[in-house]
Amino acid sequence: MTMVTTAATGISIWLTTTVSAFVLAVLAALPQIVDPYQTVLLTYGLIMAIAALGFNLLLGYTGLLSFGHSAYFGAGAYAVAFIMRDLGAHSMELCIVGGMLGTLIIAAIFGFVCVRHTRIFFGILTLALSQVLWSLAFKFFWVTGGTDGIRVPYASLTLLGGLVDFKGPGSFQRFIYAYYYYVLVLFAASTILMWVIAHSPFGKALQAIRDNETRARFVGISVRRYRWIAFMVSGTFTGLAGILWVPLNGLTTPDILYWPFSGEIVFMTVLGGFRSFTGPIVGAMAFNYLKTYAIASTEYWQLLLGVVLVILVMALPAGIVGTAARLAAKLGRWTK
Amino acid sequence: MTIFVIQILNSFFYAAVLFLIAAGLSLIYGVMRIVNLAHGALYALGAYISAWIVGSAVGHALEGNLGLAGMLLLLPLGAVAIAALGALIEPTLLRPLYQRSEEYHLLVTFGLLLILEDVMKLLFGRTPLSAGAIMDQMGSIPVGRLIYPTYNLFVVAVGVAAAIGLWAFIYRTKFGVILRATSQDRRMAAALGINVSRVYVQAFAIGCFMAGLGGAVVVPAQAAVLGLGIEVLILAFVVVVIGGLGSLQGALVGALIVSFVRTAGIQFFPEIELAVLYLIAAAVLLVRPTGLFGRA
Repeated sequence: MTMVTTAATGISIWLTTTVSAFVLAVLAALPQIVDPYQTVLLTYGLIMAIAALGFNLLLGYTGLLSFGHSAYFGAGAYAVAFIMRDLGAHSMELCIVGGMLGTLIIAAIFGFVCVRHTRIFFGILTLALSQVLWSLAFKFFWVTGGTDGIRVPYASLTLLGGLVDFKGPGSFQRFIYAYYYYVLVLFAASTILMWVIAHSPFGKALQAIRDNETRARFVGISVRRYRWIAFMVSGTFTGLAGILWVPLNGLTTPDILYWPFSGEIVFMTVLGGFRSFTGPIVGAMAFNYLKTYAIASTEYWQLLLGVVLVILVMALPAGIVGTAARLAAKLGRWTK
Repeated sequence: MTIFVIQILNSFFYAAVLFLIAAGLSLIYGVMRIVNLAHGALYALGAYISAWIVGSAVGHALEGNLGLAGMLLLLPLGAVAIAALGALIEPTLLRPLYQRSEEYHLLVTFGLLLILEDVMKLLFGRTPLSAGAIMDQMGSIPVGRLIYPTYNLFVVAVGVAAAIGLWAFIYRTKFGVILRATSQDRRMAAALGINVSRVYVQAFAIGCFMAGLGGAVVVPAQAAVLGLGIEVLILAFVVVVIGGLGSLQGALVGALIVSFVRTAGIQFFPEIELAVLYLIAAAVLLVRPTGLFGRA
């Protein structure tokens, strides 16, 4: 029995690796084929995928629905803005390290408070705390620029410790391509790291807590500490997404701290399917295209997104990946 | 001193509006265990509909004069419309989800929020809508050396009447008994022959009516604008978290606390006025998760 399981796991790991390598190769080749606008869209999609991946460590693996993940996305974005404006730094790597440290601290404080509760109270608590950050960003305009936000110009940014800079003519084109690959590498690294976390003993413990808290406690798992660590990891991943998002957007405003943005992160994760590892990635990419084209085609894009969300919840609660897996399984049985 | 009195009156005005919204939110949670993220949007829609009805009635009235009583009678129609909408939403969108986990409740009401936000944009456009004629006709009363709008005091009276009415309704009528029984044990209530589905529709409609009424009474004083509901929902959350989710007394006390802290905040520490409110809510959740008046 053990041997069979190991063999099966061996095959599935091999399969996963092959498929992932293929997807990564396609993603790497895409900017050569599609126009720059699509490249920018893809970059946004990959960034949101990192955010959703982080978020799903809490929802999918720990069973905690956070309605305040805008806080960590926004903390990362504002940290970059502060580092570049106030410390005069230009290195993206420095921004990433500083931003992730900042997000980690905030996630540690907020998480320490939030993990004392579960279910609906956890959701409301994360929401309330995220709105503390929003109101501070909104009101302290002499520090944060208020609703005008802070500009983060790509031109003053350097990648890879100063090796790549964006000065001179044609710099925007160069930035788009260079930044796409930069984000792609970080996306791949984040995905691998998250996969390792989700499949580590720590990840398994989280799933045990999700499925039965009392039993997990009996087995000797320190439930609250595990939830806290998961919260910090989750927040920091989403923070990385905010860090990567801000140079591409060129501006950070309190909107990304406001609670409807947290709702969007939840939305994309459920769209992909929060019961699978790849769900949030697929969901974030799909949501990104859905939102972009909805905004481009109609003034009433929120209505469209709302209808999609309601249909999703009513008819396809397993999301894109879950539904596809079920269809594939059905097809497999049918062909046999 | 006059400023002080006016600030206290303002606090009571905000408390009345917040109570109407939070009581509806709390009632819906108390009976059906659903946190309605669209509640703020329903409030905003109520404000829009009331302002629109009053506005067009004034426009069509003979000699352009409807009289104060006429306008005040038309005002609650927005709340009635929202109650009807609620009676439509519950069986179609919420009923299929009771067996599923809370995540889906939050998601479907979030979807509803997105839809309602754009429905308001679609129906009423981007221009703010107000029923200021009511406020103007009511005039003002002198407070010390200054004057204060009479309408604000009328809103406080509506808030007090709603609190007493709701209390009497829940604790002194047969329907209230049925409502409380269903909220405590749905299956037991069903076993005793109560039509739980109907109670749920009624409870949700009443909750929506309260949200709509909040919007209706606020719109003569403050124009309905896009995004109105998103902001107010979080404040209503703070109210019910402080008072206790599902508790009527909690909504009342919470609304008073939030309004007074907010008024004091705007006066003395405007930068962190909102942050303080959210932090109070977080602190209450930590120390007393069920709020001041909630039961476990």
